[in-house]
Amino acid sequence: MTDLMTSFRRFDSSRHGTWVVAGVMVVLLFILPVLDDPLLLLQVRYYISMIILALSMAFIWGFGGIMCFGQSMFFGLGGYAYAIAVGNFGESTAPFFLAMIVPALFAAFLGYFMFFGRLNDVYVAVITLAVTLALYYFINSTSGDEYTIGKARLMGFNGISSIRKFNWPGDSTALLSANHLFYFAMGLLIATYVGLKLLLGSTFGRVVVAVKENELRAELLGYDVRLYKLAVFVIGAAIAGLAGCLSINYKNFISPNAFHLSLAAQIIMWVLVGGVGTLLGPIIGCVVLLYVSFILGTGASGGGLNTYLIFGLIVMIFVLVIPQGIVPTLRDWREQGGRYRRMTAGAVLSMAEQLPASSRAPVRAFGERMLGLAPPSGHSGNKG
Amino acid sequence: MAENDVILETRGLTMRFGGVVAVNNVDFSMKEGELRCLIGPNGAGKSTFFKCLTRQYKPSAGQVFFRGADITSDITFQIARRGIGIKTQVPSVFDGLSVHENIWLSARRHHKTRAANKITDQIIERVGLGHATKQLVGRLAHGERQWVELGIVLTGEPKLILLDEPTAGMTGDEVGRTTELIREINRQAALIVVEHDMQFIKAIAQKVTVFHHGQILVEDTMINILSNQQVRDVYLGKHAV
Amino acid sequence: MDLIGIQIIQVLSGIATLALMGAGLAVIFGMMRVINFAHGEFMMLGGYVVIVCTEQFGINLWIAMLIIAPIFVGLVGLVFERILIRFLYGRMIDTLIATWGLSLFLIGVVTWIFGNVTRGVQTPLGAYSFGDYSEKVYTLVMIAFTVVIYLAIFIVLRRTKLGLIARGTMQNPNQASCLGVSPPRVYMVTFAVGAALTGLAGAILAPLNTVIPTIGVSYVAQAFITVITGGAAAFTGTVLASGVFGTVRQVISFEWTPILGQVFLLITAVILLRIFPTGITGRFFRRST
Repeated sequence: MTDLMTSFRRFDSSRHGTWVVAGVMVVLLFILPVLDDPLLLLQVRYYISMIILALSMAFIWGFGGIMCFGQSMFFGLGGYAYAIAVGNFGESTAPFFLAMIVPALFAAFLGYFMFFGRLNDVYVAVITLAVTLALYYFINSTSGDEYTIGKARLMGFNGISSIRKFNWPGDSTALLSANHLFYFAMGLLIATYVGLKLLLGSTFGRVVVAVKENELRAELLGYDVRLYKLAVFVIGAAIAGLAGCLSINYKNFISPNAFHLSLAAQIIMWVLVGGVGTLLGPIIGCVVLLYVSFILGTGASGGGLNTYLIFGLIVMIFVLVIPQGIVPTLRDWREQGGRYRRMTAGAVLSMAEQLPASSRAPVRAFGERMLGLAPPSGHSGNKG
Repeated sequence: MAENDVILETRGLTMRFGGVVAVNNVDFSMKEGELRCLIGPNGAGKSTFFKCLTRQYKPSAGQVFFRGADITSDITFQIARRGIGIKTQVPSVFDGLSVHENIWLSARRHHKTRAANKITDQIIERVGLGHATKQLVGRLAHGERQWVELGIVLTGEPKLILLDEPTAGMTGDEVGRTTELIREINRQAALIVVEHDMQFIKAIAQKVTVFHHGQILVEDTMINILSNQQVRDVYLGKHAV
Repeated sequence: MDLIGIQIIQVLSGIATLALMGAGLAVIFGMMRVINFAHGEFMMLGGYVVIVCTEQFGINLWIAMLIIAPIFVGLVGLVFERILIRFLYGRMIDTLIATWGLSLFLIGVVTWIFGNVTRGVQTPLGAYSFGDYSEKVYTLVMIAFTVVIYLAIFIVLRRTKLGLIARGTMQNPNQASCLGVSPPRVYMVTFAVGAALTGLAGAILAPLNTVIPTIGVSYVAQAFITVITGGAAAFTGTVLASGVFGTVRQVISFEWTPILGQVFLLITAVILLRIFPTGITGRFFRRST
């Protein structure tokens, strides 16, 4: 199992892995429309917007080390920016770009306070959470007539409906067909994935990972870590905004639920389950978990009992069974030997604790023997 | 840049933590090209002094000048860009990255990608880690990680290098090589070295500054320091116990 | 004059609400450095205890609120400290995510049992009039409870052996264990006490708010912001931060809208943290009260 995880991470970070993943996406780009199943295409477009959202979180958390607890705020801002702009302009080209620019500007503003104020990871998580909540409450309260931007009303908790879909650039009467919308969305997904890969391979990307690895050393080398973190945060926000605008083109509707914490929570879970520090993992995590919640019978921001209960369990178990913590360093990923054994030993030991006193000793001894066999881990604890 | 120019000067440098004064009103000065050793018992404030110089701590009071410029209000990365490199007491390296990546990140700060690749290879040779280029730094022995950090610092071609216990965790052989390397580095840059290893200090020292209770106790040549009764009392005396 | 009077009471009630929300978190996050994202859900549980006790079992409101709620939530905290939190001490981000999982789980369980519907607790004691304005008597009671709770916390931490052990262990677990204290047990008890305080806060606030499984979300961010902005001296800081935020929010709410009040609370917090990145109360002190 450990080999599997290691090879998965190798595959994800390797160049041929990138080619394979991008290749699969390109194949889907050409094959899916041929199947001539409009409903399937529509579903896939929904998944694509969510995958792009997952990628934004995979980037800022897994590579930038920024734990943003409110990635949904940029998703929502992007969606609202598009909806309001397209309502005013009656044309989608500029709104499409605004859907990325507005969240990016907001992230720049918020990020300035957080990163130039040198707040630590935990404070960043709490502040992003609080800002997301504030936006959610604010948008919910804008149902009155006075909340109108240009020709577009914000509509509060009712949400904005019948939002115009994309049209061909410059020609507001030529709306994109369902197939073209799919091509466009899939093309954007491929561009996002490949773009992030290129970015991570560049000097910028390598410094970003270095900052995550050891902020102090990066700074002692002369890198302005505040700026790098801000840049990562802003890029992540723009990508999340793109996802928000694409999701509107799926359902022609946006409501304050786009800002909802349950969405923010799901994004984290996609990355967590898929593997922090990879791009492919969160894509898979996103698709699998969306499908699970679909089967459980609730939508993306629904509040059914089972989704909460089961997702809560998933999260707790995932944190517990990964002993080095879920923010692994690259070292952990590439570490071959002993990890699986240590994981199992840890599980055995904690099991022993739960057993009645009479049967505890042999189980604990077994766990300790496993630990004893395992090579020294060579690292102690996690940062934070 | 004449030999006699002052490279680093502090005036009234003070660092307080609550009620504890770790660095107390230190006036320190050294010249271009100098190799200065900093000694003193544990808790004398040597590492804190280094952290104030590189703005890992914001000094409570006082000023720092580097080559005539007031760098008191500079922040860490700006100080690094001015040409002060530091090897911290606990090696601060990118554990999750390879030796090559570690050095490369330092080289790339100053050079274009291609030049950075070339310099990286040179530095790896120089610190003798050619056999471990692709290895993750986190998996190297403590001594080797020290070398990686030295390599990172050297790559930045700083004008002043602060070394906090460079030989900690090294074998006798490695200490010898470090001595060589430090002499070599000193031809291009000024150095401040904090060490506990007296043999090592004897081997490299020109002038020695003794810290005690956050203050400069005495500043002299190694020979005079060794015969200084005051120093024996506070440092060597205790150390011998 | 009446207007000013009523405004003062509302500001005080705003401050007390925040301080109450922050009390349990000041123990769990402020002292133990454990990020408890299930804080809001612990409060929510406190509210449900009051509802179940009074409606299902006909227990006296005050007994349910002041005794049963903190005990029940304290026990819940104890259980999850044993099976979840204790494996994650010192791993802040992991704890954050795990407790957030716990918060989802608790929401799920409560929704499962009670359904996703809003419940209310009848506000006791009626209202009194203040010139032309009327205000719930219970608001004054809530303010008084808050004052008493904080006084009790200060006395326990500063004047009793128990408080000394807790403060000592949080500051230096190794040293404490050398002195014969068992840090795991101290952590366990402290976490349970924090959870109990949180449940108590949820119960006290229940008559002033609605109770719904997802109510925790609206508590958790405010509580964290308050405690974080408070800084190193957890309780003094929480009181100070509550003072600032409560005043800002209540005044803005009064002048404009409650939503703007919330937004301004947040802006104040972000600016305060930009000026004092480690909170209002000092950056180098490691005091625990």
